[in-house]
Amino acid sequence: MLLLALLSDLHANLEALDACLKHARESGATRYAFLGDLVGYGADPALVVEIVRRHVAEGALAVQGNHDAWVAKYAGAIAESVQQSIRWTRDALSADAKAWLGSLPLCLREEAFCFVHASAAAPERWEYVDDPRLAKKSADAAGLPWTFSGHVHRQMLFFEASPGKMWSFDPVPGSAVPVRRSRRWVAIVGSVGQPRERNPAAAYALFDLEREKLTFHRVPYDHLAAARKIRAAGLPDLLPWSSP
Amino acid sequence: MSVPTERLRAGELIDDFLVWEGVHPGAHGVVYRVTGRDTGFPLLMKVPRLQAGDSAGPLLNYETEAMILPALSGPHVPRFVAAGDIRRMPYVVLEWIEGQNLESQLARCPMPAEEVARIGAAIADALHSLHRQGAVHCDLKPDNVILRPTGEAVLIDFGLAWHARFPDLLAEEKLFAAGSAPYISPEQLLGVRGDARSDVFSLGVVLYELATGELPFGIPASTGGLRQRLWMDPDPPTLLSSGVTPVLQEVILRCLDPQVAQRYQSAAHLAFDLRQPDQVQLTSRAFKKRPAGFFTQTQRWWKARVAPIPQPPTTKRALDAAPVIMVAVDTTHSQDERQPAIQRATRQVLMLSDEFRLICVSVVKAAPLGGTGEEGASPSHLDHMVLLRNWMAPLGVPPQRLSLHVIVAPDPSGALIEFARRNNVDLIVLGAPRPSEEPLAWWRSVASSVTANAPCSVHVVRVPEPKDEPSRS
Repeated sequence: MLLLALLSDLHANLEALDACLKHARESGATRYAFLGDLVGYGADPALVVEIVRRHVAEGALAVQGNHDAWVAKYAGAIAESVQQSIRWTRDALSADAKAWLGSLPLCLREEAFCFVHASAAAPERWEYVDDPRLAKKSADAAGLPWTFSGHVHRQMLFFEASPGKMWSFDPVPGSAVPVRRSRRWVAIVGSVGQPRERNPAAAYALFDLEREKLTFHRVPYDHLAAARKIRAAGLPDLLPWSSP
Repeated sequence: MSVPTERLRAGELIDDFLVWEGVHPGAHGVVYRVTGRDTGFPLLMKVPRLQAGDSAGPLLNYETEAMILPALSGPHVPRFVAAGDIRRMPYVVLEWIEGQNLESQLARCPMPAEEVARIGAAIADALHSLHRQGAVHCDLKPDNVILRPTGEAVLIDFGLAWHARFPDLLAEEKLFAAGSAPYISPEQLLGVRGDARSDVFSLGVVLYELATGELPFGIPASTGGLRQRLWMDPDPPTLLSSGVTPVLQEVILRCLDPQVAQRYQSAAHLAFDLRQPDQVQLTSRAFKKRPAGFFTQTQRWWKARVAPIPQPPTTKRALDAAPVIMVAVDTTHSQDERQPAIQRATRQVLMLSDEFRLICVSVVKAAPLGGTGEEGASPSHLDHMVLLRNWMAPLGVPPQRLSLHVIVAPDPSGALIEFARRNNVDLIVLGAPRPSEEPLAWWRSVASSVTANAPCSVHVVRVPEPKDEPSRS
């Protein structure tokens, strides 16, 4: 069985990443795709980058997110609290790790899949794909049946209901959704390290390539431990489960 | 997309399945009897009807059914066996249900009220089972109902169905199958899918048809004709058929209310009323002799034009808000110290939902055979009913939400469980002995037997142990 684990917005949260990788392994995942924002906000960037690099060396896919780009290169006009976390992350990472983050592609296409952190329409503009119109733009640019993204920090599924028209669907965690190749799909897999759905459980998704079924998952983990580390590191107190 | 469009021939082999004969040109496809897998039940294959220049409709219906049916279970839906690759050869293979299609029974309309109620309750049970699984049929009509020889109803054709756990491929379409127009609910016309109460409306149309032989809104030929149901009052069924009782009219017109909030909020409540006609609270609907006057209907027409389209609650939440709760009351021992505690617990349970239905049951042991024959020695059925009513009075439950039953049976727990099963009860509230009472009291109690065998949740009520009395183990 070919089972692809889709993980996005890890945000240097080691506890959440461990929990999702364990869940994916136990579910029989055979391949991994990391959809960007490996770092930023969280307290374990070095370890998280190391784990992802190890997976990539073994055949996993990884694309760059805005935080990865900001840490590796230049951070544009962004909020001071985010600036602060970017500076802290730069200090916490080796030059080699930063160079690796900087070398990640913005968008990867493989067979019938497009992997991109934000929108395939203009990956470098970090647009939030959170409505059917923007999902259609991304799907059109991808030109493939399945586009997998993150960035929104919420699990969403967009699908082509009739030619040229996208609809959105709120996926139910743990429930396999048939996503047939005959229409276009844009799946926003949610965030491993910083979900913003008033539920601290880590989010990711598993795609069964043979049966063409996508299952969104929520994985509870010790989020209080991750929060303690963030505070102990002196990082800004932007707990996802307390933010609106 | 290249999809074979020619019909299948007998003897043809499709994947694992051998085609025998075409049997039914269904609304969404052609149906064949097939064999080929050792399932232990007969099979049929449904192939979407695809003709050149056809809309995407039949393929979407096929895709929807192939997505939703595998997620459904229970005796009220055909079992799903296999689906073909949509790009190569779209088909679904399902259980062949033995029984009578309700469409074939329409020639017998108008049917007697009891028969309408019996068939209606069976369909309502089937709908409730579906709704509990998070699905809405969206295309209920006689052609999509098969009555098993046991009287159970099976729903077929899920080509237009909706399921909370799957994306709605038909959201964009606003389409309905040929032959469905007379049965479709007003909100579906406005593009609202996924409201279980739409199925209740459609069942109302079916009940009306069975009871009168007529369709409440005719066979609409145009969009304007279709939209009449947003405001039009159908002729009261009693006007069309003398066999319709006021209770049946009450039930049917409640299903057909254009406002979803005024209908039965759960198919289980509808099934209950169809089975317990003597418990139905009659309103002015029951005695209507003619449709509302021109002025009222014009007002409704205007309201329907300007009203916002109602958004459906999630099916699951709607059902959670409309539970059927059964409380077991022991009217033989009405001074029992547990009674106030059971009343308290019932009140707490009722506070959790807006649209509950409360069933109060007292099971009275049958008089022993060869008894003395002395009348008045033990309380009569009516006495128990009076006690039950008295027990309920402090709870202040409105009569349309309440029903009272005294059941005479030798085995109280068996009677309670059977009653709960037949009436789609979600929760049973009943009292239990304390642990400190005589040894084996629990094991001999009605509560233990009901808890062990109930088809639903059970709320076991106990009077707290006095602090100074150590409990026995």
